[in-house]
Amino acid sequence: MIEQYYPIFVMIAGGVVFGVLMGKVNEFLGPSRPTEEKSSTYESGMEPIKTARERFSIKFYMVAMLFIIFDIEVVFLYPWAVSYKQLGIQGFVTMFVFIAVLLVGYIYVWRKGALEWD
Amino acid sequence: MSLNIADFVSSSPLMAVTATALLLILVEASRKGRPGLSFTLSMAGLFAASVFAVVNYSDEQIVFFGMLRQGWYANFLNLVFLSAAMLTVLVSKPYLERQGAHRGEYYILILFATIGMMFMAGANDLIVVFLGIELMSLCLYVLAGFFRTKDTSNESALKYFLLGAFATGFLLYGITLIYGTAGTTNLEAISKNLPTLSSQWMFMVGVGLLLTAFAFKVAAVPFHMWAPDVYEGAPTTVTAFMSTGAKAAAFATFVLLFHQVFQFTGSKVNDLIAYIAAASMVLGNVIAIAQANIKRMLAYSSIAHAGYMLSGIAAGNSEGQTGILFYLVAYTLMNVGAFGIVGLMEKVDDQNLQLDDYTGLSQQRPFLAALMAIFMFSLAGVPPFAGFFGKYYVFLSAVKADMTWLAVVGVMTSLVSAYYYLRIVVLMYFRDGKGDVAAQPAIPALVAVTSSAILLLQFGIFPSFIVNAVQKLF
Amino acid sequence: MPDIQPYLILSATLFVIGAAGVVARRNAIIVFMSIELMLNSVNLSLVAFSAQLGDVTGQILVFFVMTVAAAEAAIGLAIVIALFRRKQTLNLDEINILKW
Repeated sequence: MIEQYYPIFVMIAGGVVFGVLMGKVNEFLGPSRPTEEKSSTYESGMEPIKTARERFSIKFYMVAMLFIIFDIEVVFLYPWAVSYKQLGIQGFVTMFVFIAVLLVGYIYVWRKGALEWD
Repeated sequence: MSLNIADFVSSSPLMAVTATALLLILVEASRKGRPGLSFTLSMAGLFAASVFAVVNYSDEQIVFFGMLRQGWYANFLNLVFLSAAMLTVLVSKPYLERQGAHRGEYYILILFATIGMMFMAGANDLIVVFLGIELMSLCLYVLAGFFRTKDTSNESALKYFLLGAFATGFLLYGITLIYGTAGTTNLEAISKNLPTLSSQWMFMVGVGLLLTAFAFKVAAVPFHMWAPDVYEGAPTTVTAFMSTGAKAAAFATFVLLFHQVFQFTGSKVNDLIAYIAAASMVLGNVIAIAQANIKRMLAYSSIAHAGYMLSGIAAGNSEGQTGILFYLVAYTLMNVGAFGIVGLMEKVDDQNLQLDDYTGLSQQRPFLAALMAIFMFSLAGVPPFAGFFGKYYVFLSAVKADMTWLAVVGVMTSLVSAYYYLRIVVLMYFRDGKGDVAAQPAIPALVAVTSSAILLLQFGIFPSFIVNAVQKLF
Repeated sequence: MPDIQPYLILSATLFVIGAAGVVARRNAIIVFMSIELMLNSVNLSLVAFSAQLGDVTGQILVFFVMTVAAAEAAIGLAIVIALFRRKQTLNLDEINILKW
């Protein structure tokens, strides 16, 4: 079984060797004349204003949390949709109840103002 | 296969609590700042569910495509969970008002946690066990951190969350290995194939992982280290609920799995449970002596009580089952009562939580002191309170299962425990007060603690009432 | 019937790595990520068993595990944020008002 993967190992080894070799060759042969402009983060882009490792608004977490929760319902909707015909009216009603329960949660989130950015 | 009305009728306690919880979410969404309404509605919903549980106290039947088993066992435990929830709700209202954190979400979370517990007791499938535990635990994580501006509450929530989620991993891996070897997650089917399954090492590893996860949930040694921190940091009323409802639910599933599905009576598995039980009794009781904070002391005492109940599981006979179920009723009443009084005594900013603060309570608040004394006597296992018969039945079952050493350890550690329980009684009655212990009067909380004390006395004097109801089950 | 042993070994290895991460790491978020690794390693086992047994229950359980993991992630993040706002640290060794 492992023999089947032999070409992949060769490929990985070749890739690593080639990549490191090219970098080193460049370092030895190429001229190196750094200027202040060249060594900036984006040579022909915007000047970086401040560090990226700063705190950002708590609202992002709120949106992320709500997204995770309301996103995962699709996990249940998809198998239901695929076997919709076999499940029939009972499956439809069950899913209706499921969505209704989610809707209750959505109304809560909405009325509490968690969806408003400001 | 199709659903029919009977499925919904026999699981009506579950449906009632679920409907109330959803209604409460809508109430909370529509009217801002009306937690009083949520309090009333949640009490009404819990009471209605208890009525349904009494009405449906009947033969067991499998409902919802073999997922749930409703009947005697589930409804008996439903009544325990619902009473724990009702008593907690009653003691919570004045407590939260005093602490300035009275919000409707509290009741929603209590109700959803109760639903999770009811799923655990009525499970007939490992998937339902998993979902029940998670629904309960997730609500309790949030409740532990309910005082979000308090460092201790936040810290308790984080510790509970991390260790609880860690235990979930073990639970899930256990379920997976059992599913892989048994080919099903249905408890009845597993129970039928048990003789062939129990010779497979992978199945036994799965059972071991489940045992680990449940030992975590009931806070048994060596998986107890979260309990003191979490119980101390969480709001006192939440601790009351965690230490009774959640523990009762974990034991309900424990009995369901390790008595009715995996029958390993007399095997190595039961010996292992016996060692865990003995270690919990010894460690919980010995460390509790050294505590100065009453919530922490009660946390170690709850580890010890988990040990007493585990000895009923280790015995594995029908006396053990009766004993555990009786114990759960008694333990729920006395622990909610004790934490309820701690909640009444507690002031803002964690004041009045040391044992010394109870000095001379009998002079200033004789009624509260008398109730606290009842709970302490019952926790210590002094007759005629229900706590005594709980211990009596589990130790009796251990003796009948040829585990006399376990019963001896139990009795010895109970004697040790009497020291720290009765110390509070001595402080309250035989020492002069510091003058500033005045607990705030609060009608709902007083109703709750008084009724738990009365029930403790009643079940202590007439234990046959519960024992008959329980023995019908098996 | 597919040979599922490699999957089970991989799953067990990932589970142990996750459990070791929970025990060894001191940052609350990394501990939480390790727990997620444990849950997802279990999912791998479940799907493998499901394929071997020709039974969909395992896959259904995977859906529930995913849902529970999402709910856990939301609640865990909320707790971590509430704590970080007050303490400005996520190091578990510094979260020690209550004795471990």
